[in-house]
Amino acid sequence: MDLQALTALELADKIKKRQVSVLDGVKSVFEQIEKKESRVHAYLDIYKKEAYTRAKEVEKGIADDLYNSPLAGVPIAVKDNICVKAHPTTCASKILGDFIPPYNADVIDRLERAGMIIIGKTNMDEFAMGSTTETSAYGVTRNPHNPEHVPGGSSGGSCAAVAAGEAYLALGSDTGGSIRQPSAFCGVTGLKPTYGTVSRRGLIAYASSLDQIGPIGKNTADCAALLEVIAGHDPLDSTSLKRDDIQFSRENDRGIVGMKFGVPKEYLSEGLNPQTKAAFMEALKVLTGMGAIVEFFSMKTTEYMIPAYYIIASAEASSNLERFDGVKYGYRAAEYEDLHDMYRRTRTEGFGTEVKRRILLGSFVLSSGYYDAYYLKALKTKNLIKQEFDKAFADYDVLLSPTAPDTAPRLGESLKDPMAMYLGDIYTVAVNLCGLPAISVPCGKDDKGLPIGLQMIGDCFMENLSRQPAELPDFPALSAYLLRRLGGD
Amino acid sequence: MAKRIDDETMENVCILAKLSLKGGELDRAREEMQKMLDYVQKLEELDTENVPPLTHIFGDADVFREDIVRNSDTRDVILANAPKVKEGQFQVPKTVG
Repeated sequence: MDLQALTALELADKIKKRQVSVLDGVKSVFEQIEKKESRVHAYLDIYKKEAYTRAKEVEKGIADDLYNSPLAGVPIAVKDNICVKAHPTTCASKILGDFIPPYNADVIDRLERAGMIIIGKTNMDEFAMGSTTETSAYGVTRNPHNPEHVPGGSSGGSCAAVAAGEAYLALGSDTGGSIRQPSAFCGVTGLKPTYGTVSRRGLIAYASSLDQIGPIGKNTADCAALLEVIAGHDPLDSTSLKRDDIQFSRENDRGIVGMKFGVPKEYLSEGLNPQTKAAFMEALKVLTGMGAIVEFFSMKTTEYMIPAYYIIASAEASSNLERFDGVKYGYRAAEYEDLHDMYRRTRTEGFGTEVKRRILLGSFVLSSGYYDAYYLKALKTKNLIKQEFDKAFADYDVLLSPTAPDTAPRLGESLKDPMAMYLGDIYTVAVNLCGLPAISVPCGKDDKGLPIGLQMIGDCFMENLSRQPAELPDFPALSAYLLRRLGGD
Repeated sequence: MAKRIDDETMENVCILAKLSLKGGELDRAREEMQKMLDYVQKLEELDTENVPPLTHIFGDADVFREDIVRNSDTRDVILANAPKVKEGQFQVPKTVG
């Protein structure tokens, strides 16, 4: 049996029926790592020995009905900004090169209680700041569809691992599109949940008001099942919500006929690659053909989304990253004159260029004399953006857009021009500013064979709605249909 | 026009950020920050006179819990990550003369 062809839920089902052992699933992942990892470099750390030991434990646990989640026995990869007790967690930064967390993130405890098997930690942009996984201090990750191109970022390692079959599922984090954009670039499915749905305890903070952990998988059903495992209230995260509607796997009972999809027309203007646009328009046609109502509407705050996002995210980053001072954990400069010199040298030597860039910008916009003009102005703009989304959701069930304006750039291209890289986040950042759930699913490929993503944005708490209207058994089915229509694979 | 980042402003920002950038790195950082500020200047076009700043999406009520000790003594595992330790404490350079 080709285990690689199975989705995570299919693998778990076969394990439950004893057609496949937990060990077989783990083995198939390590065989794939053996084959692909030297080229892809999705992982920063691989827990091979432990994963095999854990597989035996889980096998027994399933037999004893200790583990009965729909994903029991499934191997999973974890982004390296999520703490796993007693294992290095580096955030792909030199400054955390030797950091060993003394505790598990809430999501890691939940994976363990669900009987899942952690394969290792995945590469990312340093502190999740970047859109290509090239700002990692530990080397680049390559796109499994074309090794000359980036996998996207910042959760590039997690998405590449799933795309290369080096994991059935992965956890990523999304602050401005860091799950959705690499999912689009790698041809996998990635979901950013409503803010507060998943605990941030043990997720090393970038911008606390925007950060959310979310699932990455082969299709929406796998993502929904994983979200069910990791969602839930955590008393140790004060922004964690008490939601009772976390049965994301339940099929939506609303039919596609008459369902209203809205497309912000400003999203389709300048800077959008014609091939990405064509694939997106084709997706709209398919939805219309199935009886959905698709309408274009104006989102006037579009051009203010990236400015507001980068001010807020950098401000929060400058504050959150103050903790890296060479005292409590991580790197400390070898030579220094006094305490303040130790702080400065440690941080200057320990952080990479992109991280320093955002700390500087954040320090500036929060500084006395500029706070009102920049930071406060950004928070007011965020209010206007939120009001526009509220208005849109009064009219539409789900909003649609391409996930990114272009397919994955070539390695090295983006670092030359940071501004251009920031502009690539145009369709994803507002979702974080407004706390909304959104998912990226594959919807075609360009002429270089690089995947294109379709983003569906739901109103808060509408993850299930953006997941699957009843008549679409799954959005990957829609993607497969689109691919056939577009003459892709 | 966006604020021009002069030497003094850049020095102040570096003090706040606890970074000591020198030579080419400092020049590049200033140039990039200038570009970013010129770009985000766009927000000035928006009339936000009567718009309150939005910080929290789901209300901003403080979350309280009973003050009960739940964790055990983890001093040693915490200190195991410290670059320098002395007598069960974090060690830093001398701060008082």
